[in-house]
Amino acid sequence: MGVGIEVRGLNAWYGKNQSLNSIDMTVLANHVTAVIGPSGCGKSTFIRCLNRMHETIPEARAEGSVQVGEMDVYGSGSDPVEVRRRIGMVFQKPNPFPTMSIYGNVAAGLKLNGFRNRKQMDELVERSLKLAALWEEVKDDLHKKSGASLSGGQQQRLCIARALAVEPEVLLMDEPASALDPISTSKIEELIFQLKQHYTVVIVTHNMQQAARVAEFTAFFLMGSLIEYDKTEKIFTTPADKRTEDYITGRFG
Amino acid sequence: MPDPVHISGTQEVGWFRRAADYLATGFVALAAVLVIVPLLAIFAYLVLKGVGSINISFLTQTPKPPGEAGGGMANAIVGTGLILAVSSLIGVPLGIGSGIYLAEYGRNRFGDLVRFTADVLNGVPSIVIGIAVYSLVVIPQKHFSAFSGGVALGIMMIPTVARATEEMLLMVPNVVREAAYGLGIPKWRTTLSISLRTASAGVITGCMLAFARVAGETAPLLFTAFGNQFWNLKLNQPTAALSLQVFTYAISPYDDWHKQAWAGALILIVLIVGAVAAVRITTSRGMMKGA
Amino acid sequence: MSDSVDPMNPTEPLGQLQKPATAIPSMAQVSRERKPAASTVLQKIRASHPRASRIPDAVFAVIILLSAISVFAIVVLVAWELIDKSRMSLHQFGISFFYGHDWDPVAGSFGAMPFIYGTLVSSFLALLLAVPASVGVAVYITEMCPQRLRAIISFLVELLAAIPSVIYGLWGIFVLAPLLREYVEPFLARTLGWTGFFSGPMYGLGMLAAGIIMAIMVVPIIASITREVLTAVPQNQREAVLALGATRWEMIRMGVLRNARIGIVGGIILGLGRALGETMAVTMVIGNRPEVAKSLFAPGYTMASVIANEFTEATGDLYLSALVEIGLALFLVTLIVNALARLLVWSITRGSPGRSHA
Repeated sequence: MGVGIEVRGLNAWYGKNQSLNSIDMTVLANHVTAVIGPSGCGKSTFIRCLNRMHETIPEARAEGSVQVGEMDVYGSGSDPVEVRRRIGMVFQKPNPFPTMSIYGNVAAGLKLNGFRNRKQMDELVERSLKLAALWEEVKDDLHKKSGASLSGGQQQRLCIARALAVEPEVLLMDEPASALDPISTSKIEELIFQLKQHYTVVIVTHNMQQAARVAEFTAFFLMGSLIEYDKTEKIFTTPADKRTEDYITGRFG
Repeated sequence: MPDPVHISGTQEVGWFRRAADYLATGFVALAAVLVIVPLLAIFAYLVLKGVGSINISFLTQTPKPPGEAGGGMANAIVGTGLILAVSSLIGVPLGIGSGIYLAEYGRNRFGDLVRFTADVLNGVPSIVIGIAVYSLVVIPQKHFSAFSGGVALGIMMIPTVARATEEMLLMVPNVVREAAYGLGIPKWRTTLSISLRTASAGVITGCMLAFARVAGETAPLLFTAFGNQFWNLKLNQPTAALSLQVFTYAISPYDDWHKQAWAGALILIVLIVGAVAAVRITTSRGMMKGA
Repeated sequence: MSDSVDPMNPTEPLGQLQKPATAIPSMAQVSRERKPAASTVLQKIRASHPRASRIPDAVFAVIILLSAISVFAIVVLVAWELIDKSRMSLHQFGISFFYGHDWDPVAGSFGAMPFIYGTLVSSFLALLLAVPASVGVAVYITEMCPQRLRAIISFLVELLAAIPSVIYGLWGIFVLAPLLREYVEPFLARTLGWTGFFSGPMYGLGMLAAGIIMAIMVVPIIASITREVLTAVPQNQREAVLALGATRWEMIRMGVLRNARIGIVGGIILGLGRALGETMAVTMVIGNRPEVAKSLFAPGYTMASVIANEFTEATGDLYLSALVEIGLALFLVTLIVNALARLLVWSITRGSPGRSHA
């Protein structure tokens, strides 16, 4: 089951430049939350702070409180490695491991975590591929085909399967369909809709229609600050803030 | 859609993985140290053991007979210069010419073959080049010579110079060439005065790197220049060279010669590092000017 | 790359200049189309018509082509001379040359096995020591090093490649060998002597010294290629591994090294190629005794060393021919090894070699 995310006073910097200003936000468990905003508004930075990927960039740092379930992400005892295992991430450009088979890709995270039991791994790989709606297409080629030999949409679903294999509680998706064709995009969107039964999904998107299609809640970011956060329906029909309205209606961004 | 089961739950990162991470970091840092230490040691010894023996007589005298103290490597220093001059006269034009071919005329199968051949030439052990030049030049000439030494080293310079030239020329944007053609400048002029000049910093770098590489070569000189205990400025006679002299002295049983070997080595390394440093300085300045 | 075009006389007016380069007729084509009589040509050249550039262009092209052919010619000549001058020995000994154990110039019997053994063992030992060190330092520089140190350390590693072989040898004789003799070899004999690899008299000079020196010389080559291929691994691969919950080392292992392994192997093979042909430093520290011995303390002899030592003193044509045959073998082996290495490295960096972005 997914867990909720509680963000309080999250600030982030790239070197001297502040890219997030004191974000307060509560993400509900087992819902899909979209993060929208113009380029450079900090939406990618935001989700990368949730699983401590932001700090992997040299000179980048983040401060504040992020509570994922009972896990205090930035707490003093928190281990980034464990955080990243429990919060999965799917990137904009599909990045399967080219030197590994489809099976190898999905099992990669499992191997890292010390799984040795072959039978257990087989089960988990199958389960993850089914969750990602890819199983039927690849079940005969699991060990024969490399991760990179699939089509773009399939690669992205493979990356989703890979992320799901280590059983995260939250799934972060950074513009997962922006590099894909429309058919693959709709497959992914369908998938996201299904995934929310089991996971909390936060999806960054620059495509407002996509947000409207898949997300129950939407957060609008502008220049590093959270401007408005509400039910998707409300954001897109009767936004409270003028800036939100300007962005939605296409006056900028 | 199946139900995912949270098997792993809230496991912490195992101690084993953490230990492996620390060990790997340590090993890698150790590798860096292990690699740097010999370098520093070599330079330190060169300076410590060599500086003491560098004096006026070392720089101006020829070697004394074995066993006698004193003497110097003046003839070797000059000889190296002589041989390197010949090698540059051979290696640089042929290298630049080949590089021009590869960049401007050879974007085809034959060009690939030439490029491959240059790589092959680069990988041929220097002693084998020495054998070939011995056979091609020394035997017909019937004696060892500075010229044959220069030929051997010149051959070794070609691949480095060619590759640098090709790369640099390829970096010159095509629009520059087309602008020249549009002005009525013929191809040969364009290539030399415009493309090559634009690429000149990089080409000079390549030449100096090739120069630095062959300056220290000994093996091919063993049976071409052969070495000489006396002065020689003639191109068709055996000539001393710094690298050869260092070798001969190092393996000799005489202490005095050992000291002189260090001194000669120090001069040699200064020559080489000087060339490499000059390369770094000119390229960084060249980049500032904006090629 | 288009040949020169004569903009003063395009086949069509101005439109010619707007067309892409490939549409411009080749030089040969243009000259075929308009070939005036000889006297007219001379007149026009004298009038400094731009078309006069055609002859200098042709001359230039020929000169350039000759330079390129010269590279080819040199390699062919080298190969030819090696084959030609080793004919006598090839004829005399045939294949037994390569497994004969006896190198006795006085008796006229020439077996090259000791040198082949020496070359292989010293190179293998060098790689054994150099590979972990070079891959390690490359990983350090690209993945773990603080930004400020990066330039200095990579410069120092490259500097190792600039030191001539003879200076390595000098240092080997007077610094490394005594060190081995006094401290390292006794230690190894005490701890690992039972293996048989570390036994016998300890001279300092010998196979172990040669292996160590060659390792140091080969490190910069392997390290620089490894650095190139490691840097070529896209950042998104690293992120993908990290996002699964991996420690830094696990990220390097799975996301970087794994992707770069073909190129690294290529770099190792290139290092092998260099080690096989290494002459001076090895000659100075290996002891130069044509023996096949198990212990690394024992002196040895390599193919390059025997040529270096005995070539100028070779009495008799057969002696010389045998040495040249060794040179030929060395030439062929390094040829194959280097070609293999280049193939592997090209497949990763995808393009002509040397196009590094370090």
